[in-house]
Amino acid sequence: MNDLAAELHTTERMLPQPDTVSAEFWDGLAVGELRLQRCTDCDTAQFYPRPTCSTCGGAVEWFVATGRGEVHTFTVVRANGVEPFASLVPYVFAVVQLEEGPRMLTNVIQCDPESVRIGTHVQLTPVAAGELVLPFFTPASRE
Amino acid sequence: MIRAAWRNASIAGIGLSDYPVVPNLTSEGHAALAFGRALADSGLHKADIDGFFCAGNAAPHIEDAENLAEQLGIRPRFIDNTYTGGSAFEVLLQHATIAIAAGECDTALIVYGSDARSRGKRTLGSGGVPPMAYPWDLKDYRPSRVGGPMAFEVPFGGNIISSYALAAQRHMFEFGTTSEQLAEIAVAMRYNAGFNPSAMYRDPLTVADVVGSALIADPLHRWDCCVVSDGGGAVIITTTERARDLATHPVNVLSAKNAGTHWNIGQMPDFTRTGAADCADAAFEAAGVTRDDIDTLQVYDSFTITVLLQLEDLGFCAKGEGGAFVSDGKLKVGGALPTNTDGGGLSSCHPGMRGIFLIIEAVRQLRGDAGEAQTPGAELAMVSGSGGLLSHLGVAILGRDR
Repeated sequence: MNDLAAELHTTERMLPQPDTVSAEFWDGLAVGELRLQRCTDCDTAQFYPRPTCSTCGGAVEWFVATGRGEVHTFTVVRANGVEPFASLVPYVFAVVQLEEGPRMLTNVIQCDPESVRIGTHVQLTPVAAGELVLPFFTPASRE
Repeated sequence: MIRAAWRNASIAGIGLSDYPVVPNLTSEGHAALAFGRALADSGLHKADIDGFFCAGNAAPHIEDAENLAEQLGIRPRFIDNTYTGGSAFEVLLQHATIAIAAGECDTALIVYGSDARSRGKRTLGSGGVPPMAYPWDLKDYRPSRVGGPMAFEVPFGGNIISSYALAAQRHMFEFGTTSEQLAEIAVAMRYNAGFNPSAMYRDPLTVADVVGSALIADPLHRWDCCVVSDGGGAVIITTTERARDLATHPVNVLSAKNAGTHWNIGQMPDFTRTGAADCADAAFEAAGVTRDDIDTLQVYDSFTITVLLQLEDLGFCAKGEGGAFVSDGKLKVGGALPTNTDGGGLSSCHPGMRGIFLIIEAVRQLRGDAGEAQTPGAELAMVSGSGGLLSHLGVAILGRDR
């Protein structure tokens, strides 16, 4: 994990400031879980964390998602003037469609950037960033 | 409650600041220069302005409308600082039209200025900064933490270009759109820039040049991306009745509608569809015209994909057919749908929020003042601004007063 954190320059990235709404999400990653919100009224899962359900306005509860999904769309970033990303090009900036419905922005890591396609199956790979943990994704073969 | 009769609104004055690179002007300086030129154009006096509309995050010290109104010496009785990104000026046009119609103000100023090129030091293809994470002109300012919804996007190295690339990639996947087709849009804008002495880039550009330029974020190349310039613009709107007594030929605001779908790119519901699809029909219906009636289109062109999505969503072609639609040169001056006749953001001028320049170029066309780039007999123009990251679209239909 530490080697991967160094390779991805995680501590040099602009990192999240958890708040009362999002703390559960970040706390989950710290123990390797992808925690999402689900509406207690309409049952819709949502990401990112919000005070209420953005579909119906109902109350939300937390659940642990599978961490599995597929690439909905992506780009291979080949130029970025801002560090540490300038040192990381080419890297994959992707939108992952989670099995539970919501989508997340992430980097698809531990693969040749040229091998990523729309539809590539991916699996959550939490990587430390100082005292936080960021949700990256890695290509996975689906059983 | 007694209400005033609903009043139609017309554009009576337009003004551009200098562009593309003006090292001696601040953002407020661009706004002031454009305002002065718009006033002179209209023949109105500063004291006539009683509605004030601006939007901008290019410089933090003019972010609030009251501050800029004070600098320009305006004492408004109606003020609006709605921010939707680059489409804000189409949204403000809607608001100004409503305010005038309802009698809440008589003469409205919409104004913008930005020194993004000279002070922001952002250059095309640099990859820029995380979108809207911090003001552009504070180049070395790096907050260590990001809160709110952006906390889930910024840590992964997205920026403006890579966000639009997500839409382009998905459009290619779903509809088979090619890089060569996207390049046709950049080529047409460059052709049009050839008629504009002030445009940042005027040398001819080919499809091969575009697809041969450096990939910044697949599938977007350097020349799929807009320029970063300085610039400013001002638009003065008043009642049609009053505009008919002024120096310029009135351009009537026939309709102005807008629609937002998301703000952060990860939340875009459909990466191949913008809010233009949600408001275009309403704009045509309110104006009482059809797509075939439109003589010239001024459309937000932050990237080539931005144009392609709007052409489809506005209904000039079917969803997925944008690539074929743009491949016969119809967007060029003299083509079937002359688009961005000043050269657009892709070749001429883009100081960060391009929406006001779309309105100004449409007015030039409808007045018959566009010189070599003039669309003969232009009577109807459509304007479509895209703000944020394909997030909030604002469209308007403008018509030459008869």
